[in-house]
Amino acid sequence: MSAPHALRVEPTGVPPAPSDGGAGKRPHVTIRGLSKRFDTTVIYDNFDLDIPRGELISVFGPNGCGKSTLINMIAGLIPVDQGQILFDGMLLSEIKFGYVFQNYREALFPWMRAFDNVSYPLKMMKVPPAERKRRTEKLVEHLGVKIDLSLYPYQMSGGQQQLVSIMRALVVEPEILFLDEPFSALDYEMTLFMREQLQKLFMESQTTMVLVSHDLEEAVYLADRVLLLSRHPARVADFTPVTSPRPRTAETLSEPDFVQTKAHCLEIFQREVRRR
Amino acid sequence: MIAQKLEPLLPLVGVVVLLAIWTIATSANWVDPVLLPSPAAAFKALWQGMDGPLGHDFVKTVYRTAAATAIAAVIAIPLGILLGSSERLYRSLEFVIDFFRSTPASAMFPLFLVLFGVGDETKISVAAFGAILVILFNVAYGVMNARKTRLLAAKVMGASRLRVLFDVMLLESLPQTFVGLRNGVSLALVIIVVAEMFIGSQDGLGHSVFEAQQLFDMPRMYAAIFAAGALGYGLNLLFLLIERRFVHWSGK
Repeated sequence: MSAPHALRVEPTGVPPAPSDGGAGKRPHVTIRGLSKRFDTTVIYDNFDLDIPRGELISVFGPNGCGKSTLINMIAGLIPVDQGQILFDGMLLSEIKFGYVFQNYREALFPWMRAFDNVSYPLKMMKVPPAERKRRTEKLVEHLGVKIDLSLYPYQMSGGQQQLVSIMRALVVEPEILFLDEPFSALDYEMTLFMREQLQKLFMESQTTMVLVSHDLEEAVYLADRVLLLSRHPARVADFTPVTSPRPRTAETLSEPDFVQTKAHCLEIFQREVRRR
Repeated sequence: MIAQKLEPLLPLVGVVVLLAIWTIATSANWVDPVLLPSPAAAFKALWQGMDGPLGHDFVKTVYRTAAATAIAAVIAIPLGILLGSSERLYRSLEFVIDFFRSTPASAMFPLFLVLFGVGDETKISVAAFGAILVILFNVAYGVMNARKTRLLAAKVMGASRLRVLFDVMLLESLPQTFVGLRNGVSLALVIIVVAEMFIGSQDGLGHSVFEAQQLFDMPRMYAAIFAAGALGYGLNLLFLLIERRFVHWSGK
């Protein structure tokens, strides 16, 4: 972020809703005038978006349109060229957030037991050891996770490792959680199981979540709203609400409402893919 | 069933075959017994020697190799971490490191003789010089090749630069550091044994091999060679065991 403090003029003055990319709800994250280029390719050019509070947003779009780039910029993993990203009018450095990587194998620390992996972010927040242990145990109990957390990550299955990653992101009680294709390295059986786990987590915590997915069914199934992006420079092609009630199950996938929403998203996606 | 139970004994096959060929070769007089004594004579010399002068030489060589490796590790590991944590710094010194890493350490004997005189210091410092570069190179690469995702993960969780260095990079580099240590100790042993042969040495395995050859005491020469071989193998094994104990995640 270039000179972030200079951009933060009036924290109370939430910017006016953008013409597109607004959800008509009190926003949690406001993105204004975001621009980003890699070499000569313009990925984002003056991009506006409001992410509503307490919703699960799926980001979906053509290959290479900048889905991951978007959440990486919001989460501060890569710098923006221009623009402003505020969380309730605050900067990223002022809020607590979690990030779940696609590659859990490389994101976890293999030299630490799973339990210590989960509590590591608390250590970074300078929480004393006893308190770290207490809070980690509380989270484990709350989630009802049945994994032996005294194991090292490499002794666990892929799904268990990703669950540990998610717990690590949740232990700080984040205001917002970013997930970058969290299940795409898992086999299908584990993916289905993990979707249920994530839905459960979301329903219990009501934490704002932003999920990048390359599977449209997954994107619609998990989301309150699907953010459909165009080819780069990315625009909001549609911000489709998904109204199917939670908890969603395997049956949800064949309900007319859901099928219709999915068809709508697919149509926009294909329109954007064809547009060159 | 039986085949499975015998599986762990497979590594012994080569040893048995080698000993068999050696026994046949000497008892059938294929080779001049002056050049190749019987295995029995060689192992008898080894057994008796280890209880006497050969044992003394063995201890001397162990001491010198250990000292050289320890000095090398103490210098090279912190330096490697420093160089590895800044890719620019490493790139600017890469040529110098690669050049001296490729220079045969034995070519440095005369220089070190001038610097340190005839004694243990010379042998140990030449060996340390060789080992330093090997360890340094590996540690620096271990740090530089730390998984990007892991570094990002630590950063996202709010770890400072220094925290990332100690909590992630350092541990990430450990498997590669052990590769460097194992190569370093092997190289140190080679240099020490060569140095013991030529630089007016009074003891050590290199001296023992050389002296036995000069006196045409072939069983003793083979005994010293085996002792050196066992030492090299043992050191490598020692570092492997330490690595397995402390870097349990290596290769997983």
